[in-house]
Amino acid sequence: MSVHDLSAAARPNAPTTTYRYDEFDADFVRERVAEFREQVRRRLEGSLTEDEFRPFRLMNGLYLQLHAYMLRVAIPYGTLTARQMRCLADIADRWDRGYGHFTTRQNLQYNWPKLIDTPDILDALADVEMHAIQTSGNCIRNVTADHFAGVAADEIEDPRATAEFLRQWSSLHPEFSFLPRKFKIAVTGATHDRAAILAHDIGLRILKNDAGDIGYQVMVGGGLGRSPFIGKIIRDFLPRADLLAYLEAIMRVYNRYGRRDNKYKARIKILVHEKGIEAIRDAVEKEFASMDRSVFSHDPEEFTRIAAYFAPPPYESLPAVSATLRAARNDNPALDNFVAVNVSPHREPGYAIVTVSLKPIGGIPGDATSAQMRTLADASERFGFGELRVSHEQNIILPHVKQDDLPALWRILDAAGLATANAGLISDIISCPGLDYCSLATARSIPIAQEISKRFSDMSRQRRIGKLGVKISGCINACGHHHIGAIGILGLEKKGQESYQITLGGDPTFSAAIGEIVGPGVGAEQVPDVIEHLVDFYLAEREEKETFIDTWRRVGHARFKDALRREGEDGAYI
Amino acid sequence: MALISDGRFVEDGWRRLADEEDLPKSGRIIVSLARLPHALEKLTPETSLGVLAPNTTEIDALATALPRLGLISIAFPAFADGRGFSLARLLRSAGFTGELRASGRLLADQYTHALGCGFDAIEIPDDLAARQDETQWRAARDAYSRTYQRGYISRGSILDARRKAAQ
Ligand code: SF4
Repeated sequence: MSVHDLSAAARPNAPTTTYRYDEFDADFVRERVAEFREQVRRRLEGSLTEDEFRPFRLMNGLYLQLHAYMLRVAIPYGTLTARQMRCLADIADRWDRGYGHFTTRQNLQYNWPKLIDTPDILDALADVEMHAIQTSGNCIRNVTADHFAGVAADEIEDPRATAEFLRQWSSLHPEFSFLPRKFKIAVTGATHDRAAILAHDIGLRILKNDAGDIGYQVMVGGGLGRSPFIGKIIRDFLPRADLLAYLEAIMRVYNRYGRRDNKYKARIKILVHEKGIEAIRDAVEKEFASMDRSVFSHDPEEFTRIAAYFAPPPYESLPAVSATLRAARNDNPALDNFVAVNVSPHREPGYAIVTVSLKPIGGIPGDATSAQMRTLADASERFGFGELRVSHEQNIILPHVKQDDLPALWRILDAAGLATANAGLISDIISCPGLDYCSLATARSIPIAQEISKRFSDMSRQRRIGKLGVKISGCINACGHHHIGAIGILGLEKKGQESYQITLGGDPTFSAAIGEIVGPGVGAEQVPDVIEHLVDFYLAEREEKETFIDTWRRVGHARFKDALRREGEDGAYI
Repeated sequence: MALISDGRFVEDGWRRLADEEDLPKSGRIIVSLARLPHALEKLTPETSLGVLAPNTTEIDALATALPRLGLISIAFPAFADGRGFSLARLLRSAGFTGELRASGRLLADQYTHALGCGFDAIEIPDDLAARQDETQWRAARDAYSRTYQRGYISRGSILDARRKAAQ
């Protein structure tokens, strides 16, 4: 059997390891679609003006963009089944232009749907237990989680049970659907933060205390946008039984006191910044203490019910190291590189976590065609219990692949143009859609990502450079997370020209930091040159195994700045 | 203004009293928050008192008055300004059992939110009422047979239904 012959591949239909709707969840989502269908009808007949309709379409994921509507579908905590991925592919073919765009918040965006079709799209999603609920609007957004949840070697607890628990609680919340501004929550259960929780309105870190109880460290007031802030600790250890009550207390304080006079100052980060974390903590604790907590008394049982869905799949017992893989890597350097760069350790012996990069050299970061989606769905069924993940780095993860199967999987990915071995490297760029799609953009971002990627197309050079996060936003709203990129690029408009501001030293993990500006803005054509100079300076300066950010921290921002300035004096750049 | 209660437009049994108007000897009147202390002082037993509260009102400002108030109308300066929902919720938790009204350009699509937080009635301008008739308000009210949150008012609770089904 040829490995490229997918029709010959078995479909084991193994149990999935994600939440399955019961009849009540299913009814709720259907009712939500029916309500939206009615809202669209009332908009078209004039019962709702566009201004009135806007918050309701946004709460169902529908934006009005530069050229068309855009529909943002939630991929709750980034977990997808093969069946769901196929449905996304089918929707792309039937109602869009044959592709979708995976975002930094574990969503999928369709860029060309028609308003009149959207209720049907939402119905198609509901058929596979998906939706677009609260992927936009001034409400609690799709809760995100570590994309290595349940398989990471450094995990205390799978964060997805918490994320699902919060998804249910936040869906159509009667009190918190008309907040001052959007509200984003992220959860991690590991000792490394892969979910950028300190860049969220609320970040939850699962911890185990000395008594062995599980609880949460609660961070509040993180966020990017035009005034970036790192989240601050509001509670060191919150027992799980109090989670919903405590979050309601935070939301109530925010809903009442968050600023509504200026949308750029309306996020909770500004409230925390202006009042101080102590004052906010006092207000939240006071509200929490005065609440009737008896209504939450069944939460622990409900949590346990949800958590059972995330039980590990039926792994085989395997030797920790695969001889098959070792032999194949020796024979095939391309496979060897792929495994070295895109494969992470799994907590189960003999298994691996595979990152499928949606960043081919010169491609559009995060875009996948319907054919690629189907390839990934098939591959996940054949090699990974039919489960896929979406990372905030805009890549797809196959979370449970046998090391023995990696060579066969690689061949399938390679044939589909999905084997770019650049996970975490300089061409694994996070980019927002920018001026090509977004009505708020001040500059292009996708073409900048493409040019940088092409400049560094030599993969061995990329591997030499090592881990390096480049993140690009097309305006100060910072959807491309440029503030927390080791190299951040922000596209602005100056006197009718695109101008790109470059920052260094941003960090999305527990050691979170906002990048510092390295010099005056540069034109679009100069960006790859500037990046190249910065990288060359790093390579010249680095010691032993330092990554870019390690070297930057050691030698200091000023020296990087100088390096760039000296180049400028030669008459070249800046 | 039009008043929606129980999914239909109803006659308003309360009258909004302008600040310069004298307090009547009887009837159901709504006064401004500024006038509330004075009105409470002068209240005749034949008069029922309501207050129009801005959505920024602190509960402490109303606490002593709550048992004597028959109605609280919370102003919604814009339909997307959700502060009134939290204020309603706080008033209900503080034990207020009188009529709770949302007053402003609320949309039918917010009816379930308002009811969920403890509002009884919605007061909207006539031009909006002309566009959004009773059927739209009723459809919105009945859009969800069950919802997820605990401690809010709804037609049914998903958690309870789930627990019952599991038994
Ligand atoms: S950062 Fe700006 S340009 Fe990019 S997607 Fe966000 S709003 Fe649009």
